[in-house]
Amino acid sequence: MTDFIAKAAAATIVVFARAVTAVRAIWSEEGLPSRPCIYFANHSSHGDFVLVWAVLPPRLRRQARPVAGAEYWLKSPLTRFIGSDVFNAVLIARDRDKRTEDPVAQMTSAIDAGSSLILFPEGTRNQSDARLLPFKSGIFHLAAARPDIELVPVWINNLNRVMPKGEIVPIPLICTVTFGGALRIKPDETKDAFLERMQTALLALSPKPAGSGE
Amino acid sequence: MSAASSDLLTLVAGIFGVLILASTIGYVLQQRLSPTGSNASIENLNARIKAWWIMVILIGIAFVAGRIGVLILFGFCSFAALREFVTLINTRRADHWALAAAFFIVVPLQYYLLWAEQYGIFSIFIPVYAFLLMPIISVLRGDTERFLIRIAEVQWALMICVFCASHVPALLTLNIPGYEGRNVLLIAFLVIVVQLSDVLQYVWGKLFGHIKIAPKLSPSKTVEGFAGGVISATLIGAALWWITPFTPVQAGLLAFVITLMGFFGGLVMSAIKRDRGIKDWGNLIEGHGGLIDRLDSVVFSAPIFFHIVRYWWSL
Repeated sequence: MTDFIAKAAAATIVVFARAVTAVRAIWSEEGLPSRPCIYFANHSSHGDFVLVWAVLPPRLRRQARPVAGAEYWLKSPLTRFIGSDVFNAVLIARDRDKRTEDPVAQMTSAIDAGSSLILFPEGTRNQSDARLLPFKSGIFHLAAARPDIELVPVWINNLNRVMPKGEIVPIPLICTVTFGGALRIKPDETKDAFLERMQTALLALSPKPAGSGE
Repeated sequence: MSAASSDLLTLVAGIFGVLILASTIGYVLQQRLSPTGSNASIENLNARIKAWWIMVILIGIAFVAGRIGVLILFGFCSFAALREFVTLINTRRADHWALAAAFFIVVPLQYYLLWAEQYGIFSIFIPVYAFLLMPIISVLRGDTERFLIRIAEVQWALMICVFCASHVPALLTLNIPGYEGRNVLLIAFLVIVVQLSDVLQYVWGKLFGHIKIAPKLSPSKTVEGFAGGVISATLIGAALWWITPFTPVQAGLLAFVITLMGFFGGLVMSAIKRDRGIKDWGNLIEGHGGLIDRLDSVVFSAPIFFHIVRYWWSL
């Protein structure tokens, strides 16, 4: 029963997200990833993973599990239902001191079980004017632990304007989700070099800011 | 069967005939010149024709559903067009409530006023009330950064996508003696003439176009395409006099005005696209781009057509 409600809720959320944002996926020339992978995206809204999830074809969508902050998604029964049951999120504790589980271990075990992950390496929603916040090191430790896994950069455009922080009514604006070519960690790549390379690959997908075409 | 529905049936049969012909030509061209889908122009042509089928069928369903169907269809068009427009303008967080009001209050209310046939308030709701109230909502947040640009762009978006677009279904509210119950055919006349004018300008331009008419705005538009398209669409408009309350000459003159407004509307909207650095308004209609790419000429001609008919023909 819960499963049925969760599926119905997922379908409703996807229809709603599509109706508001008319979201469109722009795939990389390499096409769709054929194996489970890590989608890593910029983060500016709670709806980010919904959009990535919504544009994935059903076959890939069933494999994909968003990685999200436990503090937020376990806050109330509703968010818990949406986080755990509807989207089957890998919920990680962001607060180092209160952790009982190692986030990287949680993510690797999800990968080992055949899932793809939707990851936001900035760690928190970007409220600044910078296009991207510096990545946290989790994605590096994850890639180092599973060096064969492909990392797919995903740029989510405009969703921060649809629903800025603190607003409750979404503004219908057209969003795009751009997928880049798959990347892998290089042998002996340092943490800084890897994070730098991932950030550059993600930024390369972002469009020029609107209205700057003079 | 009433005169309106038998005229409508004849019209639909004619449009289907044109589309079947277009699809056949598209198919033959594809078989001959682009069997592997390598010729982008032909693939685009066929995508456009396919999208035309869908648009004609949607409008047809709306006509069959009557007044409510037409209002819902154009209400949706306004919503989707406004979404394309607002996506491209400068907005800041301080505009959030003003934009929410534009989408969720102004659009439904404008179409409700048509449903309620309140022409007086319908005609000034956006130019007066939205014009004054939207900047008030924005200013309350105290963010003055690019304020004039922001409020002007939102008002422009509302005028184009909601106010002007709503003048197409507004044709249903006109009370023309001797034309009762047939107003939906006025919408058909307007939409057919405008869209055929766009298509014919494209066709004439492709076949005979040499001299660019507005190279800075729209490099594909030519003098030959413009002249050929306007003249042939005007003649088609005159030939469609039997679905209108006009004489053939009047129908031709009105079609001429409609096509001119449509042409210049297309130029204005192209200039905005250039300014924003984009090629299409969106991706809603395959092969055509966004909804505004298809609607731009309708939007510019609808209010003028509406007012001419209202002034000289309506009670």
